[in-house]
Amino acid sequence: MYEGIVQELIDEFGRLPGIGPKSAQRIAFHILQTETFDVSRLAELLTELREKVHFCEICGNVAEQQTCSICRDPRRTPTLICVVEEAKDVVAIERTREFRGLYHVLGGAISPIDGIGPDELRIRQLLQRLADGTVQEVIIATDPNLEGEATATYLSRLLQTLEIRVTRLASGLPVGGDLEYADEVTLGRAFEGRTIVSN
Amino acid sequence: MIVSHLNLGDYRNYAAADVAMKPGANLFVGRNGQGKTNLVESLGYLSTLGSHRVSSDQALIRAGADSAVIRARLRHDDRELLAEVQINRSSPNRAQVNRSQIKPRELPRYFSSVLFAPEDLGIVRGDPSARRRFIDQLVVLRSPRMAGVLADYDRVLRQRNTLLKSARSTGLKESQLTTLEIWDDKLVTLGSEIVVVRAKLVEALGPPVAAAYSAVVGDDHRPTLSPVLSIAGIDAEEPDTGVRGEQTARPDDVVPTTVAEAAASFRSALASKRRSELDRGLTLVGPHRDDIAFGLNALPVKGYASHGESWSFALALKLGAAELLRAESSLGDPVLILDDVFAELDQGRRSRLAAAIAGFEQVLITAAVLEDVPATLTAHTVHIRGGQVVDE
Repeated sequence: MYEGIVQELIDEFGRLPGIGPKSAQRIAFHILQTETFDVSRLAELLTELREKVHFCEICGNVAEQQTCSICRDPRRTPTLICVVEEAKDVVAIERTREFRGLYHVLGGAISPIDGIGPDELRIRQLLQRLADGTVQEVIIATDPNLEGEATATYLSRLLQTLEIRVTRLASGLPVGGDLEYADEVTLGRAFEGRTIVSN
Repeated sequence: MIVSHLNLGDYRNYAAADVAMKPGANLFVGRNGQGKTNLVESLGYLSTLGSHRVSSDQALIRAGADSAVIRARLRHDDRELLAEVQINRSSPNRAQVNRSQIKPRELPRYFSSVLFAPEDLGIVRGDPSARRRFIDQLVVLRSPRMAGVLADYDRVLRQRNTLLKSARSTGLKESQLTTLEIWDDKLVTLGSEIVVVRAKLVEALGPPVAAAYSAVVGDDHRPTLSPVLSIAGIDAEEPDTGVRGEQTARPDDVVPTTVAEAAASFRSALASKRRSELDRGLTLVGPHRDDIAFGLNALPVKGYASHGESWSFALALKLGAAELLRAESSLGDPVLILDDVFAELDQGRRSRLAAAIAGFEQVLITAAVLEDVPATLTAHTVHIRGGQVVDE
C-alpha cells in the first residue's frame, strides 16, 4: 500500500476495464515520474469527454453534436440500417469501407445475468426509425456469441411483421487463415453454414 | 500410442522426476503417500487438462513453486512427439508440442488416456452429476466440437434461470415473456443436440462395457446402460420415490434418435413445466437434469449392487470407454491408467483384469503392494519413495 493520493490513483485506474493492479501501478508511477507528461491536458480531455461527447440522438453512436457524423452525411444510403451492439462495432465496420448505409447502436445485448432485457436496449428507437418506410433492409450485426444471437433472434421476430428485409452477418472461417488452425467450434459452425457452389 | 518418457518439474510432491516407460504394462509401486498417483495423474492431466482428484490446478503445483511442468515423450507407430504443459500459479498455462507453442486446450488432440481411480466409484454410486460428467467428457473426446455446445448450453441455462428468477420477483412482464421464448429456443436447440449425442454414446458404450464387465467378473450379470431423460418426463434430480439418483429407465421410454425428435419432446416438456419453472425460478427440463441408469440383472446398480459389483461396473465403464476410443482413434490406443485398482479386487478378478487389458499398447498401473498385482504385469516395475523414482 502506498500513501494517500498515489494509492487512490492506483485504485482508480484499477477500476478501469482491462487494467489490473500491476498496470494501474505502472501508469500511476509513469505519470508521477515523467516530467514531460502533460497532466492538465489529460485532465482537460477527461472533463471534455463528459461534457461534450454525447450519444447520437438517431443511432446511438458517439457524437459531439446532437447527431453523429454518419447520420449527418447525405452520401449515406438511408434505406440500409446495420444494427450493432456497441459504438466500437461501428468503427470496426467503418474500417471495411464496404458498408455505406446507416447504423443503429443498441447499447449491448440481451443478457438476463447482466440485467439487460429488450427494454434496456435502444430497440424502441429502432422501431421509430423504421416506421416511415424509408428503410428497406436491416442488417443484424450483433456479436456471434449466445447473447448476440439471442438479440438477433429477438429482433428478427420483432421485425417479422414489418415489410422489411432482415439479414444477419454470416459466421464461419476467418479469411486469410489456415483451415488447419481453425478451432473446432468455428470449423463446426462453418460446416453448418456451408453454401452451395455448384449443383 | 505410448508414453516413452515422463518428466515432471515441481509437480505435486516431485521437485523433479524422470521416468522411462515401456510398451505394455508399467507398474508403479510404493507405500501410501509416496507419489504414485501423482505420477499417473500428471498424464491424465496432459490428455484431459484436468485432474481426477481436484478441480483447481493450484494443488498440482509443488508448494513454494510458481509453476509445474509435465513433459511427455509420446510414440505412435514410428513417430515421436514431445508434448508439454506448464501449469502456472498466477498466469495462464502454456503448452508446447515439439517445442512449438500451442493452445493448452489443443493438447488432447495429441495425447489420449483413460484413467480409472478409486474416485470413479462415484460414477456408479454418486449423484447424477457424476454420470453426466463422465459421459460428457467422453462426448468431447469423440467430438471436440461438443465442448462448445456444452459450454453454450450451460450459459443459456444460467441466462434462462436468471430471467425466470427475475420474472418471479417482479411479476412476469410482456417483454420478459418474449425473451423467455428466445432462451427457450436456444435451450432446445443446444439441449436436443446434447441429448441425442449422449444417447448415441450410451448406446455405443453398451456392448464394450458389457464385454469388459464379464471379462473382469467372469460371469454375465447382464449389465445395461440406458438414458434417463428429463424431456421424457423423468427428473433424475428429483425422483418421485426412492433415493436421489436411484432411477431405472422405464422400458417403454422412447429415446429420441434425431435432434428433431428430441426437440419436439423438449418443447412439450418445457410447456408442461412452465408453471412450476416460473414458481421456482429454475429450468426444470433439459440434459442438465438427465441421468444414465446402470443395471445389473435387470436391477439398478445404485442401491442394489454390492460394493464389489459397483466397483466392477465402474471399472467396466472406463474399460468400455477405452475400448470405444481405441476403435475410433487415429492415434492408436489411448494409454490406459489403472490407479490403485488391484487392491480392491479378489484374486480371480485380478488375473481376469490382467488378461482383459493385455491387448492395450500401454497400461500404467499403481499399487501399494506388489503382491496385489498379477505377475504378468510386473515385468517393468518402478519403485516410488517420497517423491523419488527408483527404477529397478
